[in-house]
Amino acid sequence: MNLHEYQARELLRAHGVPMFDGGVAATPDEAADIARRLGGTVVVKAQVHSGGRGKAGGVKLAKTPDETRDHATRILGMTIKGLVVHRVLVVQAADIVTESYVGLIMDRESQRPLFMVSSAGGIDIEDVAAKTPEKIHRLAVDPRYGLQPHQALGLALKLYQSFDQVRAAAKIMEQLYAAFIANGASLAEINPLATTPDGKVLALDAKISVDDNELDRRPDLAGLRDETAEEPSEVAARHANLTFIKLDGNVGCVVNGAGLAMATMDLVKFYGGEPANFLDIGGSSNPEKVVNALRIITGDPAVKVILFNIFGGITRTDDVANGIVTATKQFKVEVPIVIRLTGTNEKEAVRILEDAGMKALNDMDDAVKQAVALAKGAK
Amino acid sequence: MSIFVNASTRLVVQGITGRDGSFHSKQMLAYGTNVVAGVTPGKGGQRFDGKVPVFNTVAEAVKETGANTSVIYVPPFFAAAAVAEAADAGIAFIVCITEGIPVLDMTKVMPFVREKGARLLGPNCPGLITPGVAKVGIIPGNICAPGRVGLVSRSGTLTYEVVNQLTKNGIGQSTCVGIGGDPVIGTNFIDVLGAFQADPDTDAIVMMGEIGGTDEQKAAQFIAQHVTKPVIGFIAGQTAPPGRRMGHAGAIVSGSSGTAAEKIEAFKAAGVSVMERPADVVQLIKNRLN
Repeated sequence: MNLHEYQARELLRAHGVPMFDGGVAATPDEAADIARRLGGTVVVKAQVHSGGRGKAGGVKLAKTPDETRDHATRILGMTIKGLVVHRVLVVQAADIVTESYVGLIMDRESQRPLFMVSSAGGIDIEDVAAKTPEKIHRLAVDPRYGLQPHQALGLALKLYQSFDQVRAAAKIMEQLYAAFIANGASLAEINPLATTPDGKVLALDAKISVDDNELDRRPDLAGLRDETAEEPSEVAARHANLTFIKLDGNVGCVVNGAGLAMATMDLVKFYGGEPANFLDIGGSSNPEKVVNALRIITGDPAVKVILFNIFGGITRTDDVANGIVTATKQFKVEVPIVIRLTGTNEKEAVRILEDAGMKALNDMDDAVKQAVALAKGAK
Repeated sequence: MSIFVNASTRLVVQGITGRDGSFHSKQMLAYGTNVVAGVTPGKGGQRFDGKVPVFNTVAEAVKETGANTSVIYVPPFFAAAAVAEAADAGIAFIVCITEGIPVLDMTKVMPFVREKGARLLGPNCPGLITPGVAKVGIIPGNICAPGRVGLVSRSGTLTYEVVNQLTKNGIGQSTCVGIGGDPVIGTNFIDVLGAFQADPDTDAIVMMGEIGGTDEQKAAQFIAQHVTKPVIGFIAGQTAPPGRRMGHAGAIVSGSSGTAAEKIEAFKAAGVSVMERPADVVQLIKNRLN
């Protein structure tokens, strides 16, 4: 789960990471009030779960509260990479001498939290990593012992010459690591970690992603979720315990298992169609999930055909069949449904569908071809 | 022979009295797996299904029954501890089916598993099956058939799809292994590819990958250097859109965007025959074995 910058700032601040003062606003007037309280020049920053905010015009300098209000008016409601901006962070602006990068990520390869630091921080850090990888310094931390002081110092020495700044940065490394562990993060990033003309080291931006698997035991973190920052159909799907990603095509897909769901979308494309979504109903046998899945998919007016691809293992295909029949009784499905199911309780499932006047196919390729043909014929 | 599980597998089920654990234990017993014990703290002394003895701890189960393999159906917040318990009790091969384990929990338990010299498969995986001999996990036994093709996959139902294609077309399997898709897993593609390469009863290998990360690229390098048996590969997610990414660390750490195109390229460079769709597996296996 991605957090907003203003939320990440609060979590890092709770662990002592130094940063400029600021506040979050949902209206232009609130933004102006924060600018007045802070005094001097401020930065107005769009709060969305996406990179590239600056390039999209979502980050602006303002010299006065009035200018802050003007920028906030423009930024609030703006769309960045498909996401609407509902809040802005207003934070003190400052002269910057250097920009470093400090990132901490759960690394698949070392199977440990991995620090990556570079004195060449800022928005072009990925170019730096691609073209001059020697400028990125890495350290995997053994989570059983945590980040040791000498390790933090070693990382900080890669960033600064002044030993005062080295000590300050080492402390920030330890604070960032503590925040990462305390919040079950999969990513925690400060970019840039800046120095000011008077020699201070401060975090100017903060990103944290929390491991979704932590949320059930961490209601405090789960409470940080901002559903207004997400695609509405994806929110509805999560409430129904479905994994759903909306796409641009017209073949609605309902599949059990993420790998098979991706392979189904690929096959739709292979036969000349375009998938309207990724939807994984997961491994459970619950007809209600199927009803919810159909409700979400039929809510997309672009969908011309719905394709079920179910390989029963833990999932019982008769439960899926019951879900389809129940859904078609509860609300009218205006588009054709193509059903492929095989595996656990397949015979029962076929009988349930046939009793309701529907047909089931056994082969994945046959079903996808038929769905693609129906989608094309509907145009 | 097969890999990881065989006729000498003596299985203990951790969480045998739970909803998933009891359902799948019955399936494993019905398949003929040698389930020698179950573990549920507080239920020691009971018998599962009238025959399998239940113990309070894995250590007791090992001492009393000689269990050498464990499968875990314990809820997510207790599952990492269950892995540690199995390793501590001297279990050599641990299969963790549980989905949703916090990654931090896994990072702490993995070094312990290694120190104990155990191998972990998973978590968040369907387990594995040596058709006709033993099934450990949740892969449906009826879609598999004994044979000489090894299969390794990151996903569950997509594995079933491909196994089903093989079996329907008369191509049996030596062992089918689901390694799971979590960030921190105990056994990766390379471990399984190495085991299949060393297994005299495996003639060809099917490898099912997905977009994201660099595991498939690393596996391709390993294949080029160490695998002489034919390998047939698939990458799911060729049409998946690039996600909205937060932060830069993901791109920096891998130096790769993890796209299907990159992975397919790596496969081809390593001499892997690439399936365009799951059904292609049959013809490609036939081409490579004849």
